This record gives sequence, C-alpha cells and structure tokens, in this order.
Amino acid sequence: MKEFKVVPIRNGTVIDHIECGMALKVLRIIGVSGTNVQSPVSVLMHVPSSKTGFKDVVKVEDRELDTKEVDKIALISPRATINIIRDFNVAEKMKVSLPDVVKGIVRCGNPSCITNLREPVEPEFTVESRNPPVLRCIYCDRILEDIAEHLQ
Amino acid sequence: MNFKGKDIVSIRDLSREDIDQVLDLAERMIPYAKGEIFTKALDGRILANLFFEPSTRTHMSFSTAMSRLGGRTMEMAHPSMMSVAKGETLTDTIRMVESYSDVIVLRHPHEGSARLAAHFSSKPVINAGDGAGQHPTQTLLDLFTIRREFKRIEDVKVALVGDLKYGRTVHSLAEALTMFGAEVTFVAPANLQMPRETVRQVEKLGGKPKLTSKLEEVIKEVDVLYVTRIQKERFPDPAEYQKIAGVYRIDNDLLREAKRDLIVMHPLPRVDEIAPEVDGTEHARYFVQAFNGVPVRMALLLLVLGGEL
Repeated sequence: MKEFKVVPIRNGTVIDHIECGMALKVLRIIGVSGTNVQSPVSVLMHVPSSKTGFKDVVKVEDRELDTKEVDKIALISPRATINIIRDFNVAEKMKVSLPDVVKGIVRCGNPSCITNLREPVEPEFTVESRNPPVLRCIYCDRILEDIAEHLQ
Repeated sequence: MNFKGKDIVSIRDLSREDIDQVLDLAERMIPYAKGEIFTKALDGRILANLFFEPSTRTHMSFSTAMSRLGGRTMEMAHPSMMSVAKGETLTDTIRMVESYSDVIVLRHPHEGSARLAAHFSSKPVINAGDGAGQHPTQTLLDLFTIRREFKRIEDVKVALVGDLKYGRTVHSLAEALTMFGAEVTFVAPANLQMPRETVRQVEKLGGKPKLTSKLEEVIKEVDVLYVTRIQKERFPDPAEYQKIAGVYRIDNDLLREAKRDLIVMHPLPRVDEIAPEVDGTEHARYFVQAFNGVPVRMALLLLVLGGEL
C-alpha cells in the first residue's frame, strides 16, 4: 500500500511539516481558494510524521512561494518547511521564520483597538516569541490570542 | 532623554531616568502651578485639547498647565458638533489639528488611538487616556505624589485596592512602582484580581507582589493605599456588587489600624470607595494627587515643546 496517494509534482512548492489541522489556513494565507488556480493543489491532512507524530502537507503545482508568503505561514505553523520543486527535484529548501515585526497579515483581536476601525493604517505587531508565536499589537498593546482566527 | 518633539503614549516608552527627569522638573513647577510665580515659557504656543470622551481632571489640568506656562489651549467643540460626527477618521482629524497647534493632547475611547495619532502627527502627541488602554500622565502624577510624600519611591509599601483586573492604568502603575523599587500588594476580590500577565511583568522587573483579598491583612503595614473604583457593571448580581464594594470601602474605622503616616490615594472620581469622613484626616491625599496633575503636565509640556523657564 502506498503511503501517499498524491504523485510527486514536476514544478511548484511543497509545504511540509504543517501543524495538524492548519493546512486549510495555509491555503488561505497563500491565497489559494480553489477557483483561482490553474494547476492542481493537493492537501494532505493528518499524515504520519516521524518528527511530530502527525502533520499536514500542501502541494501547489506551478507556483513558487515568495518570502512574504512564507513568513505568514510561520504565524500558524512555525515548524513548517518549504520545498521549491523544479523538474521533480528539490531546488530550494527553506524553513519558515517570523520577522521581528508582522505588518498587515493579521488584524488585532481586540475589538476596541483603533486598527479595527475605519482608519487608514495596517495592523502591526511586534513578535514577542516565535514558537509558539506571540504577537503584541503596537497600537493597543494587547497580545493577540488566536492568530489563525485573525488572519486577514 | 531629549524630550523635545517626543510623543508620550505609554509609560513603558519611558525609562526610570526619563521619569525622574519629568518628576524633577515637576518639582520645580509647583510654585508656578500654584500661581505663586509666573512664567511665559510657552508664550505663543498652542495646545490642542482633543477629548472624544468626558474627562474632568485630565482635561482641566492640561488646560491649566498650558495657561500657567503662558501658552494657549484650543478646545475641541463637542465631538457631536464636529466632522467626527460626519464620519471623519481620527487620522484625518489629527492631520488637520496638527497644522493648527504645537502639541496635541488626546483622550479617545479606542485603545491604540494615541499611538495612531503619534504615527500621523509631526507634532508631539500626549496620551490623555485611550479607552481601557494607557494613561501615562496619570501614572506620572501618581509616582510624583508618592515621591513628594515619602521623599523616595524605593521601598515604599503600596497596596493597590479595588478593581485591578480591568483598569490598565493600574497595571502600568504596578509596573512603574516596581521599576522604582516600591513593594506592591494587590488587594482585590478573586474575580477582579491583577491579571497574571501583569503579575509576571512585575516579577520580571524584580518585584515580589503579594496578592490578597483581605484589606485588613495589609492595612497595618502599608504606606500607601491606592484605591480604585469597583464598577457596578462588572457584577451581574447587584447584591454581589454591594457586598464587595462594602468590603473594600475605606473609612475611619479601617484607618485606625493604619500607620500614622499612611496616605490614601485615588485617581478620582470616587463613588463609594472612600467615605467622606476620610477627607478631613491626615491620611487623605487624593485632592493633592489631583493638583499634582498640573505640575507634572506642565513639566511634560515644557519638555516636549522644548521651552525654557
């Protein structure tokens, strides 16, 4: 019996070691909705992993993720790895890593925060810790409790 | 620090040295604040008082502070009379007001509004309270009151009493007091006790805060009772509120147990937390504390506007 029912991809990106249950949120982060892609997208959930027990995996064909998109993934899955595939080979391998400041990716969870009003300003957070990620809003000074829920 | 042109948004932006600099200057401001001597240090300068929420002490003491320094204050009409009522963003209001004034004092119902204003204004912004957020000038005047009374803040035993959960100004005060080496005790009912995050922050700053729900346990040993308002709306059951509010009410009976030089502070307005009979005792300092808002705010205005005495 084959372990994976998904064939290797020729060109594109494999996002591996995603925290279990976060695959669909990763798709949201990288802007894949199912109707806006030309090539196949494979989502594997709850795959056995030697490192973490179980993991999710996302394969996006014919698309290479840029750094900004990769940084966003670190918010919900700090251990994820990104493999850029060219002609069936891993051309680049990178780990996601959070920058010191996160701007415009998530909105503040505090409904009274001024950034949740109609002001022309991007939400901005300082990263207080990376694994697990802890973000503090630079405007209202509150810690963002559930990052995945507040992705823009 | 050279304060000229700087925004005062959160007490956390200031180091211990910065705070000392403000408090030292506030000390020199006292005779001016009392109107015993006069200065024109900020002659020709305009302060924009932007209060989107009601305020008595903060609003009036900023106006007084600016007038005592020889400057002028531009008052905002009631927010319902202004473009804000037509849906203007705070950003647009700030961009306009900064061109009419030299310093902006902002009180706004939303947290983070002062940081946003500071982001868009080239003129210094002083946070006069942003919703449940920061209120740095209150913290400064609280520190000033304690320092004036005991000639130091270090080792002064301060009990913060009442609703310690929701008011962020009391969280900032706990941190600032610890930074200065005061010993803090948090006295509150379990459902209104100091949040864990603040307790941890105080410990990180080297403090060993004591938490209790019993005022009588600490009354004999503390130097300062800092009383805050317990708000009715925090209690679904009015009877429960009455019970709790009664337990934390400061009156002469309770103060009989206290040190002779204990002072009672309160950011005001008070409702029932302190019995009026306390006003006439040597313990009451809340009205002195309210006055101290003037010299402290004078010091800040002089510093951020780069005025000379």
